[in-house]
Amino acid sequence: MLLIHCPYCEEERPELEFRNAGEAHIARPANIVAESDEDFEKFFFIRANTKGLVYERWRHVHGCARFFNAVRDSVSDKFIMTYKAGEPKPKKLPGAGK
Amino acid sequence: MSASFRISGKGRLTQARTARFTFDDKAYSGLAGDTLASALLANGVHLVGRSFKYHRPRGILSAGAEEPNALVGIHRDAARKTPNVRATVQELYDGLTAVSQNRWPSLSFDVGAVNDVASPLFSAGFYYKTFMWPKAAWKSLYEPKIRAAAGLGVSPDLPDPDHYAARFAHCEVLVLGGGAAGIAAALAAAETGLRVILCDEQAELGGALRFESGSTIDGRNGWDWAQAAIARLVAMDNVRVLPRTTAFGYYAQNFVGLVERVSDHLQSPDPDLPRERLWQVRAKRVVIATGAIERHMVFADNDRPGVMLASAARAYLNHYGVAVGRNVGVYTANDSAYAAAIDLKKAGVNVAAIVDLRDNPAGSVIDEARALGIEIHGGRAVVRVGGKLRVNSMTVQPKNGGGERTIPVDAVLMSAGWTPSVHLFSQSRGKVAFNDEVKRFLPGTYAQDCISAGACNGTDGLSACLDEAYAAGAKAAKEAGGKAAKPAKPKVEASESWSRGMLGAAPGAGSGTTVKAFVDFQNDVTAKDIRQAVHEGMRSIEHVKRFTTNGMATDQGKTSNMHGLAIAADELGKQIPEVGLTTFRAPYTPVTFGAIVGHARGKLFDPTRRTTTHGWAERNGAVFEDVGQWKRAWYFPKEGEDIHASVNRECVTVRKAAGLFDASTLGKIEVVGPDAAKFMELLYTNPWEKLEVGRCRYGVMLREDGFIYDDGVVGRLAADRFHVTTTTGGAARVMNHMEDYLQTEFPDLNVWLTSISEQWAVIAVQGPNSRKIIEPLVEGIDMSDAAMPHMSVREGKICGVPTRLFRMSFSGERGFEVNVPADYGEAVWEALWAEGQKHGACTYGTETMHVLRAEKGYIIVGQDTDGTVTPNDAGLDWVVGKKKTDFVGIRGLRRPDLLARGRKQLVGLKTKDPNTVLEEGAQIVADPKQPIPMKMIGHVTSSYWSENCGRSIALALVAGGRGRMGETLYVPMPDRTIEVEITGMVFFDEKGEHLNG
Repeated sequence: MLLIHCPYCEEERPELEFRNAGEAHIARPANIVAESDEDFEKFFFIRANTKGLVYERWRHVHGCARFFNAVRDSVSDKFIMTYKAGEPKPKKLPGAGK
Repeated sequence: MSASFRISGKGRLTQARTARFTFDDKAYSGLAGDTLASALLANGVHLVGRSFKYHRPRGILSAGAEEPNALVGIHRDAARKTPNVRATVQELYDGLTAVSQNRWPSLSFDVGAVNDVASPLFSAGFYYKTFMWPKAAWKSLYEPKIRAAAGLGVSPDLPDPDHYAARFAHCEVLVLGGGAAGIAAALAAAETGLRVILCDEQAELGGALRFESGSTIDGRNGWDWAQAAIARLVAMDNVRVLPRTTAFGYYAQNFVGLVERVSDHLQSPDPDLPRERLWQVRAKRVVIATGAIERHMVFADNDRPGVMLASAARAYLNHYGVAVGRNVGVYTANDSAYAAAIDLKKAGVNVAAIVDLRDNPAGSVIDEARALGIEIHGGRAVVRVGGKLRVNSMTVQPKNGGGERTIPVDAVLMSAGWTPSVHLFSQSRGKVAFNDEVKRFLPGTYAQDCISAGACNGTDGLSACLDEAYAAGAKAAKEAGGKAAKPAKPKVEASESWSRGMLGAAPGAGSGTTVKAFVDFQNDVTAKDIRQAVHEGMRSIEHVKRFTTNGMATDQGKTSNMHGLAIAADELGKQIPEVGLTTFRAPYTPVTFGAIVGHARGKLFDPTRRTTTHGWAERNGAVFEDVGQWKRAWYFPKEGEDIHASVNRECVTVRKAAGLFDASTLGKIEVVGPDAAKFMELLYTNPWEKLEVGRCRYGVMLREDGFIYDDGVVGRLAADRFHVTTTTGGAARVMNHMEDYLQTEFPDLNVWLTSISEQWAVIAVQGPNSRKIIEPLVEGIDMSDAAMPHMSVREGKICGVPTRLFRMSFSGERGFEVNVPADYGEAVWEALWAEGQKHGACTYGTETMHVLRAEKGYIIVGQDTDGTVTPNDAGLDWVVGKKKTDFVGIRGLRRPDLLARGRKQLVGLKTKDPNTVLEEGAQIVADPKQPIPMKMIGHVTSSYWSENCGRSIALALVAGGRGRMGETLYVPMPDRTIEVEITGMVFFDEKGEHLNG
């Protein structure tokens, strides 16, 4: 069972308290009605499913109930870091550059 | 003559403390502290079981958790019958009852042993080849027969009466394994004052010191040093020592599963004690000190009872005081078996000969053995043994061929060398690396915050192991934030060394031979089977493993994996690392379901949710149904009524007079804030800004793809406050969906969401008399049609408690839903029921609710829709606000496929025979005469007998359904084909006059 750091509660809690909510940084278009079929397909149906670093949404559903974002390694399952919803993708990851 | 193989003066057990037990109904006597295996051996019993596939007689191979052969059933009482217990692990208690397995009629004469003679039929992969044809016979004939013939113990047939505890624990340093290395690591870590947990699978910690007679640490015998060290650790407040506790699984982020056997060793356990306790430990650092496991030699008939691991024979002698024979032979490829021979010889057991594969074995143990007068045959092999139910001779031959010599023996001790236990390291996702020099897989790349120490790390010799483990414990503690440990390192004055050995088939069992030289005892896999797998095209060790089942038994290949790998590599002409090692998986040793499940069984398996009127409904004869976790009243039968009679009466009564129904399970969410209306506009298809305060609207919620997600009636309590209802099953996910959008897509909106599902009890009062029933109890609300029309909501009091009174209908009749704080739910229900009885009302359950709504064509999301239905498909186009510029699903609705013609649409169905009630889920076709498989154009979603309509009614999703009004379609069933007519969805009161009736 993974430990997940909730960026709102500011502590590590066991995975049981959380629920995954899919890929992060897919913003709903402001003028969604004007989207072409292709763009809507990309927005709603297509996911990167990367091997390696993935950006995910999680919800601390049995805790503060907040949604937040996480960078995780899909090979090792490890969380690299978590950050609040709405914040941009982190430019530097902890442990990067080694 | 009892315990005739117990040698007085040997071992650590107390002669006076006897324990009686039975094995296959025969009475024996052992000593407290024995395992079942040591007690049987003390009585001269080696034959303890029959093998999995060939039903070959089997004895005791080991003295520990790696045991593949000596699996027995332990029977405490009718319900407590544990199969496949390793006799080498089961501690003896007075009155223990053990039975052998997989034999009929008896252990010494087993009819199934015909499989051994017929074994050419059962070679590797025989399941895959032999039982291919005819295909249908697999399920009906082959599989049941194979399952009956193969297999081990029999599962108990009564519910498990024991209970199992579970505990979470946190520590800085977790030490896995309580041998010399584990103890040293725990001592080093414990001195820093950090929290340390040390676990070991044995009843007494000490590991290999149990049998290593030649070790001296800090001036005392190794075993005594270990016991003193454990006593010191137990006395420390920051240390928890867990004996009889197996680390079975190593999971992410140093989360380790331990199972503690609490009462299996007790004669009459306190019923308050759990049988086992599951520990889920989160450690900052883990020290893996799991030791090494001795390998057997792979030669013909190496599975005969009496043939065993050298270290096991030594443990039985030095710890339990039991000689495994009176005249033993030794077959080895390394030094460690010599120590066993020496100990036995000194204890007065005759050692007939040591057969050593090495040409010129030399060194101090060899010299010592020779000095004791033991014959040593270097450069020779044991090519077979004699005896069936017990070994009686070994046949020796020069390893490159030549004259044979048969030596009578009553036990053969063997050692091919030691395999480091890297199971838990591998489970932690660490990568093992093959050390070619010592021919062992050792911990290579670490994936977690752990460190291996001692024999499991490939370290030889007690002195080096202790040094390494002490340093590992100190390092782990330091990394976990502890202060540096004081140097109180144990000093090793004398130790033994386990040198190398050999891997794979021994001479006489190599390439080209067909003898039964077992690699995997538990799954009956021989060296020949592995070679055959290679010949039949298996190249990867993963394929060889699955084809032969080598290493796939419950012992997880502890003794067999390396031999199997070496034989496959040899046959492929490749190096061992090129062939690769199979992955180690949890559990390390079998774990009971009880330990995993813990208290989560029976009534505690899943929470049960009850509404506030549950007790009243029970007292009034309601029959309940499960709706998710809820218990809901299904129908309220009067005496003599079945479900049909009850539901028919309830349906008619509601439309003629009135009915009370507990609707509390509906999901309820309060949407509050200055931007509440704006938020509702975005989450629902309907317009909300202009909904007047005090009015309600039926709302539909979509997913972004345009499909219906949920529905429910929403009341506007104030300009900034909406009382939203959801489906019963959708309550949690709708809340999640709303929170998701509010937090991540529309965070600028000033809105607060609160789940109020459990705060409000809801009593639906439906029917023409509904107002008359409620009105006398209400204060402060004008319930006249003019003041409170259909689809409105008022706040006031009922029976003196606050209410949110909705005028709404899910039955098509004049109706109200009385919301009251949950604490008053039952009291208000009783008050309404007292009024209701004056006006001919009934109580009704979910079944009647379903029929009434279907008569009116009201849909149930999740029954009449399935995640691929749009509002238009459901005939609900009117709910989509045409002038709206945005809502969740607006773009999805415009996708080409959702606008295409011929989509499945919800329609009504009437059977041509009004008495036929369709089956929900039944498929619909246009032409019943077409060949099978037919083209299915839809299916029945809801179907009931309607007493009010005097006929059956149904709803269905049918391709192009609304364009087929009046058409005849067909529902093919196994016994007949049912004719149906497509109709509108409203079967009763089409004009809707009853809403104000």
